[in-house]
Amino acid sequence: MDPLGDLILARFNYWIYVVLMMIGLYAMITKNNLIKKLIGMSIFQTAIILFFVSTGVKEGATIPIIDHGEDHGSELVEAPAAAEHVPEGRGFDHEEALESDAFANPLPHVLMLTAIVVGVATLGVGLSVVQKVFIRFQTLEEDQILENIRTSDG
Amino acid sequence: MADQAPLLILLFPLFGAVTISLIGPWKKQLCLPVAIVATIGSLAAALTAFCDVLQVGQVQYFLGGWESPRGIGIELRIDHVNGLVAIVVTAVALITAIYSARRVDDEFEGKVPLFYALFLLSATGLIGMTLAGDAFNLYVLLEVASLTGYALVAMGKERRAAMSAFNYIVMGTIGASFYLLGVGYLYLKTGSLNMGDIHQIIVDQDLRGSKIIQVAFILILIGVWIKMAFFPLHAWLPNVYSFAPSTSACLMAPLVTKVAVYVMIRMMLTVFGPETVFVALPWSEIVIWLAVLDIVVASFMALAQKNLRRMLSYLIIAEVGYMVGGAWLANHYGMVGAIYHIISDSFMTLCMFLAAGILFTKSDALTGFKGMFVRKPATMMAFTLGAFSLIGIPPTCGFFSKFYLIRGGIESGHWEFVIALLFSSLINVVLFFRIIEFAYFHIDEKGSKPDQTEAPAAATPITQVISLWTAAIAVLLIGLFNQPIVGWIQTTLRPLTIVGGQG
Repeated sequence: MDPLGDLILARFNYWIYVVLMMIGLYAMITKNNLIKKLIGMSIFQTAIILFFVSTGVKEGATIPIIDHGEDHGSELVEAPAAAEHVPEGRGFDHEEALESDAFANPLPHVLMLTAIVVGVATLGVGLSVVQKVFIRFQTLEEDQILENIRTSDG
Repeated sequence: MADQAPLLILLFPLFGAVTISLIGPWKKQLCLPVAIVATIGSLAAALTAFCDVLQVGQVQYFLGGWESPRGIGIELRIDHVNGLVAIVVTAVALITAIYSARRVDDEFEGKVPLFYALFLLSATGLIGMTLAGDAFNLYVLLEVASLTGYALVAMGKERRAAMSAFNYIVMGTIGASFYLLGVGYLYLKTGSLNMGDIHQIIVDQDLRGSKIIQVAFILILIGVWIKMAFFPLHAWLPNVYSFAPSTSACLMAPLVTKVAVYVMIRMMLTVFGPETVFVALPWSEIVIWLAVLDIVVASFMALAQKNLRRMLSYLIIAEVGYMVGGAWLANHYGMVGAIYHIISDSFMTLCMFLAAGILFTKSDALTGFKGMFVRKPATMMAFTLGAFSLIGIPPTCGFFSKFYLIRGGIESGHWEFVIALLFSSLINVVLFFRIIEFAYFHIDEKGSKPDQTEAPAAATPITQVISLWTAAIAVLLIGLFNQPIVGWIQTTLRPLTIVGGQG
């Protein structure tokens, strides 16, 4: 692969998250409307969630559920790549034959569940504060609010 | 029971918050007792845990006994330094809870149970940030502390409180997101989230020069700098602390920035290690110059303020510069001074904000200090004690932290930092002697001193006097007992390279 493709195509997930992050940051800094700023904040947080989720991906890997085989009396899913390494005549024993390349890394996804909850909570607090600002100032445009503060301070 | 102390520090305020939100709407008068019991319990647990640390060294606590490798379990880790910081956080929460007794009805009309629930949750988050032994748990607890902080600020009656809370949300979220991104890069390279494991992997695989590790460190650094309001990223702080209700400000102003500074020091020492921070990354010079700029600019801004709490907010920013600069001197005494200053500055700031809350209930213009000593002598005396500590007059704790910071600056040859510290002390002298002169020796236009009987002030509630004087006496005691405190800090630093000192 040529250097350019190596830099952009092979790492496209990083590029996407960086671009999304910059869009969010741009909205937070330049937008005048408080709700638009909050939307920017959400995009910013989502970009990081995407980054984390994309790091858990492996080529040709399956969902990270370990099949205990005979312990549970069923032969549900055979781990595709790992199955070759399992010695004949034995069930899939996770202590001996767990091939980590065969499974997507679940930890980043689990972390992001928490981060999504945090993001929702932040957005909720943000929206309620915006509501409070609106009650006080009767507007959501930042320049008008600042103007209002300046005139009332004398 | 004593084995569980590290967890109990967190559980008391957490369950206190849950209890208050359950019973609060029906039994409003129970909120304050629950809050006080929760913070006392938390303080007692912190003291027990610290006694353990004194006997056995570092204490590791695994939640649910889940000691699995690669640190997927939740770990609390207490050494001498964060044991002390945890005691400070719980003590400040207790003092603020006592102070709040007669204030909340006025400041949070009809929202008292909500206030106490948020107050305890915020304390939980801050305590958790100091104790967490896992980089991702730290992020979650940081967000717990921040989200409750946003709400505590926005609950104020002041018109501009909501708008400053909004800016705080935006800035705080950017900071926390940068931290999270940094943790992501760390995980990408080391495959672990546990702080001890990460450090082990960085050392074992010699990742100190790795670009990914350095990017992770810089992202985390920017995140915590936003949270602690370090110089170019400080814009949110003055509005937040001057427009927040005084009870919220008394909890947040002493703690939020200090805990963030502690997180930075912990990241530098126990996660990345001094070699990565000071040797592999040629940033020391830049950061110290930033700290110098922070101290000088914030001191000048403080000089320009006409309101007490706004002036104190700029002083907080200047103090952040002391601590960041001290930590980055790459020198034993600089680091000792920075950690000691976390402890002393928490109580100094608490003392000043409590005094500001008692002295001024509405407008806190500095001109209001005229003849204040005659009206509120006890409060003014505690205020003066806090002011002396901010200036750095012995035997208050402010003197000793400056002493160690300056010693660190001289030993490492960073004279610009020493000069900035002395300059900032000078500005503080100007700021506070102006106020003290107003308050003690003011002579009005007719040339007569204000009559003692002329201005009978409403008596200050006893709870507020107790809380203020506890903070003021703590400022003195931390100064007088600086030897053992510094000894404990040195015990933790000694095994480390670069900042470990010679003996």
